[in-house]
Amino acid sequence: MRTDSNDIAVSIRNVSKRFGGLEVLKDVSLDAREGEVVSILGGSGSGKSTLLRCVNLLEMPDAGEIEVAGEQLRLVPRRGDTGRRADLKQIDRLRSRIGMVFQSFNLWSHKTILENVIEAPIYVQKRPRSECIEEAEALLSKVGIAEKRHHYPAHLSGGQQQRAAIARALAMRPALMLFDEPTSALDPELVGEVLRVMRGLAAEGRTMLVVTHEMGFAREVSSRVVFLHRGVVEAEGAPGEFFANPGNERLRQFLRQLHQA
Amino acid sequence: MNSVGLFGLLGFGPDGWGEALLVGAAMTLAVAAGGFLVGMVIGAFGAWAKLTGGPVIRTFADFYTTVLRGVPDLLVIYLFYFGGTAAVSALARTFGADGYIGMPGFVAGVLAMGVVSGAHQTEVFRGAFRVVSRGEIEAGRAVGMGTTLRFRRIVAPLVLRHALPGLSNVWQLVLKESALISVTGLVELLRQSQVGAGSTGQPFDFYIAAAMLYLAITTVSGWTLRRAERHYTRGARRG
Amino acid sequence: MDIPFLSETFYALLTGVPLTLQLALLSTGAGAAFALVLAAMRVSRLPLLDAAARLYVFVFRGTPLLVQIFVIYYGLGQFPAVRASFAWPFLREPYWCAVLALTLNTAAYGSEIVRGGLLAVPYGQIEAARAIGMSRSLLLRRVILPLAIRQALPAYGNELILMVKSTSLASIITLMEITGIAAKIVSETYRIIEVFVAAGALYLLINFALTRLIAAAEYWLTPDLRPASLVPRRRLQENAS
Repeated sequence: MRTDSNDIAVSIRNVSKRFGGLEVLKDVSLDAREGEVVSILGGSGSGKSTLLRCVNLLEMPDAGEIEVAGEQLRLVPRRGDTGRRADLKQIDRLRSRIGMVFQSFNLWSHKTILENVIEAPIYVQKRPRSECIEEAEALLSKVGIAEKRHHYPAHLSGGQQQRAAIARALAMRPALMLFDEPTSALDPELVGEVLRVMRGLAAEGRTMLVVTHEMGFAREVSSRVVFLHRGVVEAEGAPGEFFANPGNERLRQFLRQLHQA
Repeated sequence: MNSVGLFGLLGFGPDGWGEALLVGAAMTLAVAAGGFLVGMVIGAFGAWAKLTGGPVIRTFADFYTTVLRGVPDLLVIYLFYFGGTAAVSALARTFGADGYIGMPGFVAGVLAMGVVSGAHQTEVFRGAFRVVSRGEIEAGRAVGMGTTLRFRRIVAPLVLRHALPGLSNVWQLVLKESALISVTGLVELLRQSQVGAGSTGQPFDFYIAAAMLYLAITTVSGWTLRRAERHYTRGARRG
Repeated sequence: MDIPFLSETFYALLTGVPLTLQLALLSTGAGAAFALVLAAMRVSRLPLLDAAARLYVFVFRGTPLLVQIFVIYYGLGQFPAVRASFAWPFLREPYWCAVLALTLNTAAYGSEIVRGGLLAVPYGQIEAARAIGMSRSLLLRRVILPLAIRQALPAYGNELILMVKSTSLASIITLMEITGIAAKIVSETYRIIEVFVAAGALYLLINFALTRLIAAAEYWLTPDLRPASLVPRRRLQENAS
């Protein structure tokens, strides 16, 4: 079901971001077409999470442009300082079409799993409750935790919580999915179940931007791999070439370090 | 014990003060509840000021909580009672009314308790907010919830859950401090027992009865609030 | 805001400070001693003592302090037996009634603080002391109590501050501590705002001074929590010998 259409799903152009004195992203550009799975690799401090969070404006870029599903995010200079403020309504609207999965799951602890999944479809997308519940239950079955739907997040294992978080993101019927190190906070034996779900999503043809340390996933599932170092895109390419013949010295060092771990 | 007998005295018969004491207890609950609710509004506002306000607002909020938690409640009650009377009389004079118009003890009591418990509740809400996981709020942003929706569906419920123990402490405090409002003449439980003690010459019986009623109220409050805490944290406790 | 009146009032209120401090310190001190007894009863593992202490704490924390004061000052005089006893010269005086009521009240809260301190002593340190053959009383004196007191100090400091505020209730049974004098001035001059500001400022000053003293005491008692460079060498050597 992979539609390798040529439509650009998300386009990041010349994005820069600094935190105080530290420049975290330097003039980064990245495109992803519909149906592509782009893995973003890098060491800590490389800016990879920040880059991802700029796409749904959880972080506000200092410079550059971002386009999602054909719509240009309006970044309006804020009066009086150098930061930029975007149109809040537009942001909320676009965020409801972008699904995000966090490293620490971030499920709402005061709601059951089912309530977590139906929350945004009902209150943000304003869809009818019965439809949302039906779809939520189907999604929870799909990720394999249907029987836990009336439990609270605290009663689930890490892997189950992350799968619930993926279902929550899917419930929004997103045009684009962002994964911020989805398996980094999991015990090793739980990583597999989450990766399995993510591979399934990739096979369905979803557009995914994935920040990850899981080289297996990057190599086997991505359409493209991007390597970030200190806020700059050092290398980019199809996974085969990328891992077999890393042309970039810093990339070689990075891969060597990972193998020593 | 004495001529009429303890139970006759406190009972509901013709010589009995039981009914009057219970009415006094009801008044205690009313003034405490009023003060607590006023305090809740002030507390939410104060926490918001301390968490999101600029330096000027934060300084005011800090000043408010420091002063009202450091000054005896009795002084605050006097402030609202005597000050209120002066203010109301002055106001009445501008409308042409003559003479002395008193500030009702109930209003003075509610305002005083409100302002004092507001300082405590500010700290409770502020602490509760800091315990709420940033990630859960961020997830709300990530799915496109606007600020109001996020507050209503995510922030407020989570803050309230963490605030429950602190709020329950403040409630017990307000309940007990309400006895001080008797100095304004308001006929809540302590004042009523004072009247009874004076009228029958048996202060011990009446004050012990009042103590038992206060104990009953604080105990039942404690049970109810602990049940509420258990109910609202059922998601957070493992298993 | 009448400034001359304000400072006049402030000076008048200052005369109430000794009584306020007396009431607060005396009752907190006596209350702390009683609190130790109550806490000991609670951790004694003897069901009767435990229950008695629990009942005491329950009653004194569940009823308003003012009611407790009234029971003692107005209520006890109802009984001829009390009036004839040796204690009557004390119990008819508002001062001693206030001290008694405040003491009994703070003992209840204090016992919970002390109990918390006792329970917070790391069990490992107790075991280590036992392992080197310390007797029970030595263990209590050299390990448990010092550690428990250090744990309880911040909370007890807070309790002292609360007691200072509680002394204001003594004004209702005619004692002329700060609030008593303040109430008198208000009833004569009707200038509640100035009096509130002066009295409030005075209480805040006392609080501030007490907070500093308590912080100093905490600092002095916990050399282990300071970075090593700040602990005077002599002190370390002293403790070793």
